[in-house]
Amino acid sequence: MQNQLIPNAETIQYKSEVKGLSFYYGEFHALNNIDMVLHDKQITALIGPSGCGKSTFLRCFNRMHDLYPGNQYEGDIILHPDDVNILSENVDPIEVRMRISMVFQKPNPFPKSIYENVAYGLRVRGVKQRAILDEKVETALSNAALWDEVKDRLHKLAFNLSGGQQQRLCIARALATDPEILLFDEPTSALDPIATASIEELIADLKSKVTILIVTHNMQQAARVSDYTAYMYLGELIEFNETDTIFIKPNNKQTEDYITGRFG
Amino acid sequence: MAVGSRTKLKHPGKLGYSFTRHLRERFIELLLFLAALFSVGITIAIVVMLVKESLIFFQHVSIWEFLTGTQWTPLFDDAKYGILPLLSGTLVSSMVALLVAIPLGTIIAIYLSEFAPFSVREVAKPFLELLGGVPTIVYGYFALLFVTPILQIIFPELPGFNLLSAGLVMGIMIIPYVSSLTEDAMRAVPMNLREGSYAMGATRLQTAVRVVMPAAFSGIAAAYILGISRAVGETMVVAIAAGMQPNFTWNPMEPAATITAYIVQVSLGDLPHGSVGYQTIFAAGLTLLLLTLVFNIIGHLLRKYYREIY
Amino acid sequence: MKTEKNIKEIRRMIARHKRWDLIFLVTGIFALMIAVLTFVALFAQMVIDGMPRLTWDFFISFPSRHPESAGILSAWVGTTLVMLVTAFSAVPLGIGAGIYLEEYAAKNIFTEIIEINVTNLAGVPSIIYGLLALGLFVYQLGFGQSILAAGLALALLILPIVIVATREAIRSIPVTIREGAYALGATKWQTVSDHILPYSSAGILTGVIIGLARAIGETAPIITIGALTFIAFLPPSPVKSEFPFISFEWLEAPFTVMPIQMFNWVSRPEEEFQFNAAAAGLILVVMTLTMNGLAIYLRYRMRKNIKW
Repeated sequence: MQNQLIPNAETIQYKSEVKGLSFYYGEFHALNNIDMVLHDKQITALIGPSGCGKSTFLRCFNRMHDLYPGNQYEGDIILHPDDVNILSENVDPIEVRMRISMVFQKPNPFPKSIYENVAYGLRVRGVKQRAILDEKVETALSNAALWDEVKDRLHKLAFNLSGGQQQRLCIARALATDPEILLFDEPTSALDPIATASIEELIADLKSKVTILIVTHNMQQAARVSDYTAYMYLGELIEFNETDTIFIKPNNKQTEDYITGRFG
Repeated sequence: MAVGSRTKLKHPGKLGYSFTRHLRERFIELLLFLAALFSVGITIAIVVMLVKESLIFFQHVSIWEFLTGTQWTPLFDDAKYGILPLLSGTLVSSMVALLVAIPLGTIIAIYLSEFAPFSVREVAKPFLELLGGVPTIVYGYFALLFVTPILQIIFPELPGFNLLSAGLVMGIMIIPYVSSLTEDAMRAVPMNLREGSYAMGATRLQTAVRVVMPAAFSGIAAAYILGISRAVGETMVVAIAAGMQPNFTWNPMEPAATITAYIVQVSLGDLPHGSVGYQTIFAAGLTLLLLTLVFNIIGHLLRKYYREIY
Repeated sequence: MKTEKNIKEIRRMIARHKRWDLIFLVTGIFALMIAVLTFVALFAQMVIDGMPRLTWDFFISFPSRHPESAGILSAWVGTTLVMLVTAFSAVPLGIGAGIYLEEYAAKNIFTEIIEINVTNLAGVPSIIYGLLALGLFVYQLGFGQSILAAGLALALLILPIVIVATREAIRSIPVTIREGAYALGATKWQTVSDHILPYSSAGILTGVIIGLARAIGETAPIITIGALTFIAFLPPSPVKSEFPFISFEWLEAPFTVMPIQMFNWVSRPEEEFQFNAAAAGLILVVMTLTMNGLAIYLRYRMRKNIKW
């Protein structure tokens, strides 16, 4: 009963297709045979109880698992429009990460100035021209709704920002390199409600610019920001559908139990 | 009490205050406090001892002559008391050592912290620690009888005693101190900072140099300062391999005495307690202590201000 | 969206960056190899030169003018006795100070001074401790150039190591252990002596061993206090045949230690003495490596066994 929403339309409307994805932490089988799609310029949310594999799944998209030994992927994640399988051995994880950015659970600004934090991705790409850097930094900070707050102290240490500002800085850092997909790993779980609201608003605004995949364990958040929602449980994708359908009339009993809080 | 147990435990009849217990606790605390205070006593004793003997020394020799004289011949009949030759020997040998220890130690630390697989790190770290435990006199022997002959093949005119060989071996000797503290500092950088960098498409080297090292700066600075202190205060390697003749030179290919080597030289003879010669070693020791103090203060300031400037 | 050309460019750049990664990787292994090979060369040099001298006679002979009959009897006996003094003074003091700083000290300026002081002491060159011992122990307190003066000098030298190791070992014990003891009505000292000390003993022992290994090889402070280098006799025995059976005369005896004996031989011009130096050096290296190895092993086992 899964994946009702991989329609027959042309694949070009998808930014990415996941086909038969399994993932292993050493012996541990963390993800089992997942099929899913990411719609272009839409927000897809991954929900499910702790340990269901949603973060593991998210981190497959930018090959973060390659950083640690003993991890192993099976299956494909196809990135459109060039139809490459980003999990392929022949694809360089660094190239994947240059095209697919990520924002982490806890804000993790580098011990550098605000400016250098945002410019980091560009510097890593070898950009040296001051004018380009300046312009990109300003655009990214504006897109992350942070420019007005920090424009007078760009060269101050990023640690002095509040938690919510730090997280928006990390979003600006991810945006500065014009990624094709932006991954969010529970981006508001370390923030207070007001900061959370502003980040959610920001994520919704970013939809016009970039395809977004967001992990959240806050169901209301998924309902508020996303267009599509996937419910995962024990490493399996239980149901994937439009967010409204998932929250109003889920097809699967397990999904319904989780949504309505009868779960566990 | 366990259910069914018939043994009755004694309880304090009424809640009160036990004076003897309190007294015993306070007494033990006092003993422990005195032990801690003892370490401060050592510092005070060092300073008092060095300053006291140096003050007597400076009644015979003007500070100006001490600081600017280019000859150090306190044991000659025509005694000259210029510390510069000892200072130059110390600085040249330390410089050579640091040119070896800081780059190599840092590279090893980055390699172990960011590049090496777990198994290599598990073997290399204890090995480096063992290397740091080898007595310095053994390194001195090695410098004199192994490194110098090899260097003499490359530079035939190199004398048997020279600062170069002593400095090189001292540098190797200091590597473990620099690498292990630097590596500790780098590994203390939280993983989420590294992940943030990798997620931007950075390579290992870019992550190590641009994110991890700046984040670990204060620890790395501490490691370097410790390395410098070791080099400046090292005694046996220079005493054995660089000779004990004071020589005002900046050329590492020459023999020269360091401050520490001079102290050894005097201690080997039997200068009477209370003579000017006896006091020179305290003046030399005070100079050495101040030198290490200066480096420690620089390190402290560097750590304090670096973050704000960044 | 990336154009074809753009992607090619990015790939070229990534390849360039990765080349630097590779270059660094090779450099790193090379740097590590320099350290490893130096040690191998050092050890090989000692073995080749010193091994032939390592006979039973070498251990039971006094130093001599004739290199082939000289031995290290007085040196290893001296080292053992000096280490005894060092251990007996540095260990209680260091552990006491460590306990105070970790468990008792209030967070105030005074504690901070003690802490900064300990850190700074660890960075003081060892020869300075020698000068302190020369002025204070040898002359001021009149211990002379004795085992007592040398042992105390080395004790001061390794005190910071013992303090730091004690503090680290104590700090790794979770606060729940302390609360558990207090909740049963234990006093502070009972908590420390029944729980904190036993649970941190392996860590403290590691620090003590590392400190003593450092002290065994220290040469400079011993030279500074003016230890004689030609000692062809043993200090008086600590055990007596008549009452009270124990004697502390040995504390005041002149002595020599292993590194001093080695230094003495290194400074001789005759090549035969260099072989003696190599043999003494080999013993010294094996001793310190064994002690450090033991400490590393203890720490490794501790980390594996204890999971708070």
